[in-house]
Amino acid sequence: MSSFKVFDIAGSGLAAQSVRLNTVASNLANADSVSGDPATVYKARHPVFSAVRAALAAHGGTPASEAAVRVAGIVTSNAPAAVRHDPGNPLADAEGNVFAPNVNVIEEMTDMISASRAYQNDVEVMNTSKDLMLATLKLGQ
Amino acid sequence: MSPLSIDAYLGVHSHALQVYSQRGEVLANNLANADTPNYKAQDVDFRSVLAASGGSNASALPLATTHGTHLNTQSASAATGSALKYRVPLAPSLDGNTVDPQLEQAAFAENTVRYQAALTFLSDKFKTLMTAITGQ
Repeated sequence: MSSFKVFDIAGSGLAAQSVRLNTVASNLANADSVSGDPATVYKARHPVFSAVRAALAAHGGTPASEAAVRVAGIVTSNAPAAVRHDPGNPLADAEGNVFAPNVNVIEEMTDMISASRAYQNDVEVMNTSKDLMLATLKLGQ
Repeated sequence: MSPLSIDAYLGVHSHALQVYSQRGEVLANNLANADTPNYKAQDVDFRSVLAASGGSNASALPLATTHGTHLNTQSASAATGSALKYRVPLAPSLDGNTVDPQLEQAAFAENTVRYQAALTFLSDKFKTLMTAITGQ
């Protein structure tokens, strides 16, 4: 039945936003994971979303079955690692420098709030659709 | 008098219910793609979808075409293609996304109320039928 598709759509949104929350958690958890080598230091990860195209059939009026959002991939940030002079650190290189991840904590926090709001939106859509469907089941009683 | 057709008796409401449910899917899709780069928000052209699903008498008074070069008003919406239209964004965004979550939420809430209204109309029609059948 077509009307159950709304749950798939909202569900795909929930899955995508939770991937985003996961990457935020990973970035924040590793914000202070310094390394002595700029090549091996942790790099911020961000998901890229892509829309699964929804198209109404010209006259049938039914949306394509796979209307949803999906995570196209997770990209690592190319921003340079922050260099910190810290000769006392056991991980420091020959010049006494350590390399901190290119995680921008403020960006991550705002990203987290945005993901959280979007997640709540999808939950609301799901709840409302569920209420409507239950009301439809009671039609004629 | 013609025999009672349940379909005709229920009128536009059963078709409207279907269109509202489709519109709910489109709006849910917009909300799910609120953070997708280059996603363009869409909405259902209610009139054309309802007409296509046979629930409207919009074609009751068609314009006559008496010449080959006259435009056929009936197929005008068919010529423009899909019943899904793109929203005109209120403000541009850096990633090319045109979803306004507040606008979509408002549209979804409105759609929900309309769906419930159509349900109520249908429900009352069934109650009327039951009254006629049981005679009470």
